[in-house]
Amino acid sequence: MSKKVFVTIDGNEAVARVAYKINEVIAIYPITPSSPMAELSDTYSSNGEKNIFDSIPDIMEMQSEGGASGSVHGALQTGALTTTFTASQGLLLMIPNMYKIAGELTPTVFHVASRSLAAQGLSIFGDHSDVMSVRQTGFAMLASGLVQEAHDFALISQAASLRSRIPFLHFFDGFRTSHEVSKIELIDTDTMKAMIDEDLVAAHRARALTPDNPFIRGTSQNPDVYFQGRETVNSYYDALPHIVEEEMQKFAHLTGRHYQLFDYIGASDAERIIVLMGSGAETVHETVDYYVAKGEKIAVIKVRLYRTFSLSHFIKRLPQSVKSIAILDRTKEIGASGEPLYLDIVTGLSEENEKGTLPFKMPRIIGGRYGLSSKEFTPAMIKAVFDELSKEKPKNHFTIGIHDDVTHTSLEWDATITIEKDTVLRAVFFGLGSDGTVGANKNTIKIIGNGTDNYVQGYFVYDSNKSGSVTTSHLRFGPEPIRSSYLISHANFVACHQSVFLEKFDILKYASHGATFLLNSPFSKEMVWSKLPAKVQQTMIEKSLQFYTIDAYSVAKKTQMGRRINTVMQTCFFAISGVLERELAIEKIKESIEKTYGKKGKKIVEMNYAAIENTLENLHKVEIPKKSDSTLELQPSVKGDFDDFVAQITAKLIEGEGDALKVSQIPDDGTWPSGTTQYQKRNIAIEVPQWDPDVCIQCNKCVLVCPHAVIRSKVVNEEHFQNIPDTFHFVQAKGKTFEADEKFTIQVAVEDCTGCALCVEVCPAKNKSQTNLKAINMVAQEPLRETGAANWDYFMKLPNYDRNKLDHAKMKESQFLEPLFEFSGACPGCGETPYVKLASQLFGDRMVIANATGCSSIYGGNLPTTPWKKNDHGLGPAWSNSLFEDNAEFGLGFRLAIDKHTQNARNLLEMFQEEIGIELAQTILQSQQEDEPEIFEQRKRVAALKEKLSTLGHHEAKRLLSLSNYLVKKSVWMMGGDGWAYDIGYGGLDHTLASGKNVNILVLDTQVYSNTGGQESKATFTGAVAKFAAGGKAQLPKDIAMMAIAYENVYVARVAMGANDAQTVKAFVEAERYDGPSIIIAYSHCVAHGYDLKYGMDHQKLAVDSGLWPLFRYNPKLALEGKNPMSVDYKGPIIDVKNFMYQETRFKMVEKMNAGAAIEFLQTARSNAKNMYARYKNLEAYYGKEIQKDGAQS
Amino acid sequence: MKLDTSYMGLALKNPIIAGASPLTASVDSIKRLEDAGAAAIILHSIFEEQINHESHEIDHFLFKGSESYAEAIGYFPDMTLTNLESHTYLEEIASLKKSLSIPLIASLNGVSKGGWIEYAGKLQEAGADGLELNITYIPTDTDMDGMTVEKLYLDALQAVIDTVNIPVSIKMNAIFSSPASMAKQFSTLGAKGLVLFDRPVHVDIDLEELTARQTIHYSTSADISESLRWTAILYKKLASSLCISTGVHTNEDVLKAMMSGADAVQMASALLKNGESYITTVLEKLTQWMEEKEYISIEQMKGSISLHHTVNPAAYQRANYMRLLTEYRY
Repeated sequence: MSKKVFVTIDGNEAVARVAYKINEVIAIYPITPSSPMAELSDTYSSNGEKNIFDSIPDIMEMQSEGGASGSVHGALQTGALTTTFTASQGLLLMIPNMYKIAGELTPTVFHVASRSLAAQGLSIFGDHSDVMSVRQTGFAMLASGLVQEAHDFALISQAASLRSRIPFLHFFDGFRTSHEVSKIELIDTDTMKAMIDEDLVAAHRARALTPDNPFIRGTSQNPDVYFQGRETVNSYYDALPHIVEEEMQKFAHLTGRHYQLFDYIGASDAERIIVLMGSGAETVHETVDYYVAKGEKIAVIKVRLYRTFSLSHFIKRLPQSVKSIAILDRTKEIGASGEPLYLDIVTGLSEENEKGTLPFKMPRIIGGRYGLSSKEFTPAMIKAVFDELSKEKPKNHFTIGIHDDVTHTSLEWDATITIEKDTVLRAVFFGLGSDGTVGANKNTIKIIGNGTDNYVQGYFVYDSNKSGSVTTSHLRFGPEPIRSSYLISHANFVACHQSVFLEKFDILKYASHGATFLLNSPFSKEMVWSKLPAKVQQTMIEKSLQFYTIDAYSVAKKTQMGRRINTVMQTCFFAISGVLERELAIEKIKESIEKTYGKKGKKIVEMNYAAIENTLENLHKVEIPKKSDSTLELQPSVKGDFDDFVAQITAKLIEGEGDALKVSQIPDDGTWPSGTTQYQKRNIAIEVPQWDPDVCIQCNKCVLVCPHAVIRSKVVNEEHFQNIPDTFHFVQAKGKTFEADEKFTIQVAVEDCTGCALCVEVCPAKNKSQTNLKAINMVAQEPLRETGAANWDYFMKLPNYDRNKLDHAKMKESQFLEPLFEFSGACPGCGETPYVKLASQLFGDRMVIANATGCSSIYGGNLPTTPWKKNDHGLGPAWSNSLFEDNAEFGLGFRLAIDKHTQNARNLLEMFQEEIGIELAQTILQSQQEDEPEIFEQRKRVAALKEKLSTLGHHEAKRLLSLSNYLVKKSVWMMGGDGWAYDIGYGGLDHTLASGKNVNILVLDTQVYSNTGGQESKATFTGAVAKFAAGGKAQLPKDIAMMAIAYENVYVARVAMGANDAQTVKAFVEAERYDGPSIIIAYSHCVAHGYDLKYGMDHQKLAVDSGLWPLFRYNPKLALEGKNPMSVDYKGPIIDVKNFMYQETRFKMVEKMNAGAAIEFLQTARSNAKNMYARYKNLEAYYGKEIQKDGAQS
Repeated sequence: MKLDTSYMGLALKNPIIAGASPLTASVDSIKRLEDAGAAAIILHSIFEEQINHESHEIDHFLFKGSESYAEAIGYFPDMTLTNLESHTYLEEIASLKKSLSIPLIASLNGVSKGGWIEYAGKLQEAGADGLELNITYIPTDTDMDGMTVEKLYLDALQAVIDTVNIPVSIKMNAIFSSPASMAKQFSTLGAKGLVLFDRPVHVDIDLEELTARQTIHYSTSADISESLRWTAILYKKLASSLCISTGVHTNEDVLKAMMSGADAVQMASALLKNGESYITTVLEKLTQWMEEKEYISIEQMKGSISLHHTVNPAAYQRANYMRLLTEYRY
């Protein structure tokens, strides 16, 4: 056996490292939490890393998981060792091919980071809902519960699959295992070679489709043979458990790590036994060890091989002493008599009992659900389950981990129970996404994992926002392998990297008695105590904490580290936690810095070294006084005029106390109130824009581009200005639309701003005396917090301008319309949300939105708060997210239903027009509602109609009343990213375009799968580096606009707000007015492009000027009016593509990796820019000529 | 006709060096410059900011937005970046050294103490025959006195000289209170060559955008004046060799430079305007002129009209400025 090599990696990497080595073709598609396995494989491949067969695996990104499974099927059928990685809905899309692959007895392994399925809501977190949905496909299922096991089972499953010819689904818990960083022993190449039998690989290849040995597979079968055909495979499945067992033994022989189909841990005379699989089993293992040592007769059986479920192996593991068994499923099977694992075991044991072959008295069996969507599953809960097993009449079909006060399924547990060992150091860190806390902790784990004999575990929790998100790092270090698959609740080290958190969350609840508490505070060691809220002071005294403080931001600033405090806080941790000897720790940090940054330049290394030295000088221990003397209170989590729901539910979610909510408090059908972001004042910006009315030219550009709708303008008649706050400014409104007594004001929601500065960059007005100042300038947020909030409240109460008096197609005037999408959790400087907000301003009161899964569904609908809101009349966008792949179809469904309602209403109206009044009925029926004033008139008429109807008592009148709102125009929108529109949803999108129906499609085109971390899509520009295109994309992006134009009756626009905002607004208005399918493809800058997003709008302009993002509008309505439908709205390539591309990291990186390829990419992009312009101009010229001809003829 | 000369200890076949410019940023044009007769190449400058900025930029943008959201732990693949600008520059030197037969001088632009000084060592390792240090420091701090500024220059030069064995020259600027004294101090520290002078990027104001901006203007022959003056003054006073780098456009300019006491000249603007082959033209005319005037070598004319050897030393002195104006007026 060769020397043991330990590495500190996460579960995804542990699997990818094996899967890559033992496969030849890998078909991939991004889906959380499995994406990193695919990304790593692509990176290995682009780095030229070889597999054990001495070749570089081919990695192919597909358009969907359905596509990936199809390619896997094809590659398997033609004899390649093939794999894929997926989760959740992705796995569901693979089901059809899984049946085929299994039916054809084809060896392969699908590696699944198991995740919840979207039901009443989507969840990216872990449970077994997905894998349990494919248990009937014929795939064998092998479950791993630790990072080490995921690594090992990736190999064992492949070996067993090759031998058994049965495809495997190897799964491990999403996030809990896929993203947990752990120290594991690496499998070497020799072991892989020893496990993968070359003869079996050859046998697989010999079964391949080839014209050299032709045969037919995949026939269409009839009643005569299909049934028998299904039964032919039984013997293969019968043989499977034994094969897996043998492969596990072989693996144990090679590595010393032993696994069994069912692993039994606990007392040999156990009476109460829990059975489960996945990471939860490890926590039960740990809990069993703890209580067995105290004399309890309990045990756990970890299910490894779930399909084929070998009852005989299972029964062998059960001791004679068994009296009761609890079977825990991490899934919910509604309507069944129990969850899957429970049913398997109950049925099996009952059958044996019936036959009289059960070697012990039939135990009492209960089943329960736990851990859905990564819900915590702790030793305290496990104790409750064991306790339940002791009861005379234990609860069956229970839940554990929630409080079910509706159907009373839940078991109660004592949350104070902890079994954490003294030998394990437990540390919890609170940081901001942007401050480098998680990165530093990952680094710390590696330092300790790789540099000492300790075992390590790191798990990271992120909140729901993409801007200003709070991160919590849970780190464990100890001398034995760590099985604690749950968050730390009793930490002996707690660090708060942002002092404001202390005013928002109960951070110290994580600290155990006598724990060390490290605080990054701007205050001196003398002052820091007095600046703490009273509750924090009290807890510190009660728990006798050791208190350390550092002003990390000032150290970072002094050492040129900017706002990155990672190295500073990491040094503090090592200096005071005692996990390593201080000198050694410092040396290790320095080594790691050299390793990370050495190649990138000496300067960064020097800065980090300086930061370390400075840290030690500025880290202070603070003596805790005996009494609390603070009057500071914790900040309320919600502010404003909110309802009970927000007070009882939303506020709890924001406070991080959502786990305590009871079943009765949660909406039962996934319906949540909209417009709740306004109550969560996040105060995350360090600087916010401030308006200078003297310089402002009232162009409203800042209002347009603000991604979070925090800058707004109003024109208000001066009569409304009463009791004006001192710092509230307004000036005479400019422009012909406005009267002399109308005033213009701009206000900033300073508490909601993310500080992106996009508005300042886009402001065209310069201060004539100080040209570095504009009409809006970034200033410190803190001093403005109170006055800013008061001004905002005042502003919001001022009336909105009469919509009917504004020209909505004019950019400036469109920005006086109230946005019905505000304060979302999108990234600071997001390029998508300004378009989303614009649509809400223009059509919000009549919009129904189908939103494809992706960034826009996350910032649009990720709890705790929702950005879509109502206007003062109670009207606003109705929003829903179905799936990623079906959004166009989903939205088309909206249209069909609404049209049906409208038609029914019209029929009824016509039928009863005399009763209602012919004039009213006819005016309603004849109204075209082409523009907003007409729609408003129609609303008034419908109100009159409703009044009339309410006086009529008959059945049809009631029907018409319930449908009458559909007599007012509804605007159907489908929104989503390029991943949806170009790739996974293109089939449906294309079908919707072909339908001729009046729908509006908004493609928020960032040219990557932004939400899952920037994977390549068919919109990705040539020469851009993206995940899955690690070497830069060589192909051209798809011209989806041109494809849509080919239908001739589709309104098509390509827009880029930063290049031409007037054209953008026009396109939105025209698209919505067009009575047929419309598609707007909107260039959206994105954090995945790699530059400071405050320049986002400038980059949009560069993209257009380079010719890589053409601007045009194709309006079929104009053709009907005898006008040219095609309007090319840009001047073609007027700058070289390089002047756009090399401003962004995504393109520039290629040059730094492969200069030759970079030159080719530039050349390809250059000719693409030229060709696109020619194509669009030709089209414009063609239609121009046609119209002239038509004109001449008429 | 002997055109050869010696500059900072390097033997040059003629006095015309291709100065740092976009033309010395590409292998192809460097080859063309050599073919046209350039006696040495000053590679395009690599800036301290460039070396530092690039690493900061990569670090910043590759990790920006990472570790903030559960679905997107990062936004870029794990990339192996082998062609950082600073690496590329070194590779360029190494590959050029293989194909060039004339000396190759790297140009390093920086001022602070720090990691970039080590980069000088890497330039030497890569095969540079010499190093031209270009320090342009604009002291905007009203509390920073002249001595402090001078010390920055001297310290940077010292640090580079301590790091390498190849000859180091320094590109001076003309706005020191006492250029001659500075030149002496540079020379004493061990600068093998003094390049007169650096031409800072021009500043302009954009009235449309209401912003200040940098512009690049080509020099003309008229710009050679200050370099001639200080070369003439410094000739034979220092151990360092002298090189004129501003306003050298014609064969006459080369002759004037030599006669004032320069050992070599650098051409940049003239080549950008007229192309690489222009060196051939200048060399031909130079030879022609020397033949006509019966000069046998460059060496023969060096310093022949320096401060000490001119019949009119007053021409180089400030007092004459007034007379020049007077003559101009009448």
